[in-house]
Amino acid sequence: MKLKKSTINNIISFGIVIIAFIICQTMISTGVMKRSLKGQMIPICVYIVMAVSLNLVVGISGELSLGHAGFMSIGVFSGIIGSAWLEAIGVTNEVVRLFMSMIIGGVFAGIFGVLIGIPVLRLRGDYLAIVTLAFGEIIRNVLNCLYFSLEGTKLHVSFNNPSIPGTILVNGPNGAKDVSKIATFPAGFVLILFTLVVVMNLINSRSGRAIMAARDNRIAAEAMGINVTKYKMMAFVTAAVLAGMAGALYGLSMATVTAAKFKFDTSILVLVFVVLGGIGNIWGSIIAAALLTVLPELLRAFADYRMLIYAIVLILVMLVTNNPTMRALLSKLIPRRGGAQSKGGAAL
Amino acid sequence: MVSFLRFFINGISLGSVYAIIALGYTMVYGIAKMLNFAHGDVIMVGAYIAFCAMSYLNLPPLLAVLCAMVVCTCLGVVIEGLAYRPLRQAAKLAVLITAIGVSYLLQNTALLIWSSNPKVFPSVFNVGQIRLFDGNLVISSETILTIVANIVIMIALTLFTSRTKMGKAMRAVSEDRGAAELMGINVNRTISLTFAIGSALAAIAGVLLCSSYPTLQPTTGSMPGIKAFTAAVFGGIGSIPGAMIGGLLLGIIEILGKAYISTELGDALVFAVLIVVLLFKPAGLLGKPIREKV
Repeated sequence: MKLKKSTINNIISFGIVIIAFIICQTMISTGVMKRSLKGQMIPICVYIVMAVSLNLVVGISGELSLGHAGFMSIGVFSGIIGSAWLEAIGVTNEVVRLFMSMIIGGVFAGIFGVLIGIPVLRLRGDYLAIVTLAFGEIIRNVLNCLYFSLEGTKLHVSFNNPSIPGTILVNGPNGAKDVSKIATFPAGFVLILFTLVVVMNLINSRSGRAIMAARDNRIAAEAMGINVTKYKMMAFVTAAVLAGMAGALYGLSMATVTAAKFKFDTSILVLVFVVLGGIGNIWGSIIAAALLTVLPELLRAFADYRMLIYAIVLILVMLVTNNPTMRALLSKLIPRRGGAQSKGGAAL
Repeated sequence: MVSFLRFFINGISLGSVYAIIALGYTMVYGIAKMLNFAHGDVIMVGAYIAFCAMSYLNLPPLLAVLCAMVVCTCLGVVIEGLAYRPLRQAAKLAVLITAIGVSYLLQNTALLIWSSNPKVFPSVFNVGQIRLFDGNLVISSETILTIVANIVIMIALTLFTSRTKMGKAMRAVSEDRGAAELMGINVNRTISLTFAIGSALAAIAGVLLCSSYPTLQPTTGSMPGIKAFTAAVFGGIGSIPGAMIGGLLLGIIEILGKAYISTELGDALVFAVLIVVLLFKPAGLLGKPIREKV
């Protein structure tokens, strides 16, 4: 039996992720890994999923989204509420609860993805970008005014009114407190695998080719009978669902979370992962997300200067990678790289 | 009624600040076709410079503002030359990320120099207040000055872009860079000039913003920056009168929304209005319609 090239590539990809996971897991269980790094394992998984899903929008579908953290925050809070509610109705198994919460987070983020996608995808270019930014900010502002509580198995919601019966789950601007931390690193690994399966299958499918055709030339794609809005929507909503699932995992790994955490800066952070990893390059996103999540931790020795160094590194990397002479040199060294990059960059 | 008038005037005052910042965004976007996310942080730098000039050097306010303008102009030109000019042919997203890098750089440099402790901005201008309706409606000197400054800047900028040679060059470059270059316009110098004007305006905006809302922190500029950017898009990005109208409307909506609907949702309301406007006018209020070419 002869396998398709994309199938072989996928198998190799999954193999690398599984090996990386096994290495990390052995390092944790044998105690080689430092405590500070161990605490970073779940955020790394979360940001990898965030970066890969945003890459689906920015790289594959070619639309700049500046509000990805908004979907994450929806996932965070619906995941936390879902987890508490599931516990109340008698789902005691933590693993089952975690995965069900992640699904809840994904579903809610997906619903908002559809609602936001309908108006957003009518716009083009920078206008689309600013509207996603606006939606991200609106989500954060509205979450700041929402109060959720649980009374028995009954869920109460109120807007701008903190006095609601039962135990408070989400307390407006103070966010969620005393969340039962049920998220685990293996669950994060499973989420990464799931994301890769979804994204890679989507890219290599008929729909994926339609999405990329719409990115490369909207008018030509429309002329070929591709429903551009439908396929852009598909990429946008898939990314929202994955971000919501990552958000649920993130929320259930922290003792306290506030909506203020998911402001514009977080969206930008994920966008930086995507761009540094290479637009449209899934593997680049994974590596960039993992390295850049750990980097501030590694730069801890520089204390106050670390964000400054981060900024300078960011500017220098952008200047060097976009320098024509450097690019020519790189494409000589790695012939495939230059071609792949210009393919993704051309759409933006 | 009086309270409505008060909110309305406060809205115009805040909107004037947004408009001045939005002018910087819109001019840079029009000419360099880039979203300059570092613009908000130039405002912050301007405010800090003015603050230092007044508190440590004891300069008079007007000289302090001038000082801030000079520093910001230099800063804007340097940023453009070092970070954006090498990327003129690069993908749009690369420029955006570089702008974000510059924004982080400015914020963190400010953090190291001035620390994160909020500074209380001194009351700059005291030209007296206007009292109306038996003292029920007090318009502070900051408000008057902000509005006056806005009108003066608007007129000056309109005259500059329509009458002077440099201004015409700016419009030509934003219309068609290639053709402008063929006509003998020095594109690089024109773009530098745009950054210089935008940054000088940012310095003024910083001082005006901080004299109305007197806490100064390294992150002071980021939220007004985003809102002014929203204002620029709202009015049609690339259009100077658009930035003006967008800024004013946004300021009024924000203040009235906070006063009458919900304090927490004021910002959300601003963004919601932007979305609604863009749905009906996808290129903003005064923006040129996007042409589609095959």
